[in-house]
Amino acid sequence: MSATELAAFKPFTRQQMAQRAAADIPEGWYVNLGIGIPTLIADYVPMEREVIFHSENGVLGMGPAPAKDKIEPWLINAGKQYVTLRPGGSFCHHADSFAMIRGHHLDLCVLGAFQVADNGDIANWATSENDTAPAVGGAMDLAAGAKRLWVLMEHTTKDGAAKLVSKCTYPLTAPGAVKRVYTNLATIDVTERGFVVLDIAPGLSFEDLQARTEARLHLAS
Amino acid sequence: MINKIVQSMADTMAGIKDGSVVLLGGFGAVGQPNALVDGLIEQGATDLTVACNNAGVGHTGLARLMELGRVRKIICSFPRSSDPVVFETLYRAGKIELEIVPQGTLAERMRAAGAGVPAFFTATGVGTKMAVGKEHRDIDGRTYILEQALKGDVGLVEAWEADRWGNLTFKQAGRNFNPIIAMASDLTLVQTQHLRELGDINPDHVVTPGIFVDRVLHVPYGDPSGF
Repeated sequence: MSATELAAFKPFTRQQMAQRAAADIPEGWYVNLGIGIPTLIADYVPMEREVIFHSENGVLGMGPAPAKDKIEPWLINAGKQYVTLRPGGSFCHHADSFAMIRGHHLDLCVLGAFQVADNGDIANWATSENDTAPAVGGAMDLAAGAKRLWVLMEHTTKDGAAKLVSKCTYPLTAPGAVKRVYTNLATIDVTERGFVVLDIAPGLSFEDLQARTEARLHLAS
Repeated sequence: MINKIVQSMADTMAGIKDGSVVLLGGFGAVGQPNALVDGLIEQGATDLTVACNNAGVGHTGLARLMELGRVRKIICSFPRSSDPVVFETLYRAGKIELEIVPQGTLAERMRAAGAGVPAFFTATGVGTKMAVGKEHRDIDGRTYILEQALKGDVGLVEAWEADRWGNLTFKQAGRNFNPIIAMASDLTLVQTQHLRELGDINPDHVVTPGIFVDRVLHVPYGDPSGF
């Protein structure tokens, strides 16, 4: 890559990634947003487009964070942050909340990930086989149970290692589950052909994107 | 006259045996029966297996019970917390056993126990470390693994309202695991913020019918805090 190309290359910010994903969520979908960058997506879905957000701890119809003087101490999300409930929202117990997930009632779940493979495998809960205290939470239920799974993550690790791979090396959360990946460099569908690139960050060529991706990329035909 | 309301913590905790499986409600600090955990610490039962979404925070409550060496095994989905120091120290030292369970499987295992279902097939965990050693079965073109029901000898529950028959309501996200723990436990102990006269809880609003509850203690501590 030449110096000119480097200067021209602008990765998407986290806000832009969230905005990009939010634009693809239609009214009427029931959606679970994973902890981390995915939670930003809710900020870019306008209230008048009625998307119903679910949280694992039994909250359906979750609204934005409350003002400091409007906190309800009994109303938190799965990330243990204070949230609000929209008119029409409801509470249920944990088994019903996970029945919504495991019974394929959620239209979409968006998770972060360590690695996604081009067959849709996702690894997002442990970084090695001997993690001292592994913590899975609801990730496996969400990945196996939602009607579709999208991933929102940086395209590479901080050290520049590829996270879009031909085979996950970290322990799997679920096999063959991911349908789409939004990164700071591109939006990529997971298809029977493998990774198909839908769009690329301004100034970055397909070849530059491939150089940062371990698995083979395809252009949308 | 049926009266499940007890007047003291000692009466609430009476009869809990060493080696019991204890199901503990709460998600974060919300709906977590802290007073009952303190009561269990005081009561003295040891060699416990505790199932709870998390594995304790700081040095109080469940973390304190573990720190005192009273917990042989933790069954949970997410042992990390804002301050998991006690669990991590014991785990690294090999002084506590950990069974990691996906959160939905944990909830379903409790509900199954409460409903008399000894085991069930689920897609959660298929193709992962969770599936190792478990029975696999293909049903209608998808692979599932067999998960066992998780029954409690004792269930610790926090309710918002309760009456003397043990009918319960919950507040907002304080419901979480509490209703299914009430179903899944042989001895369900409840701490409640509010006591109501029989008939004063609208039957349409009862979440946990009293059949699932054994003892109720009034603990009006106010709002949860600290995760």
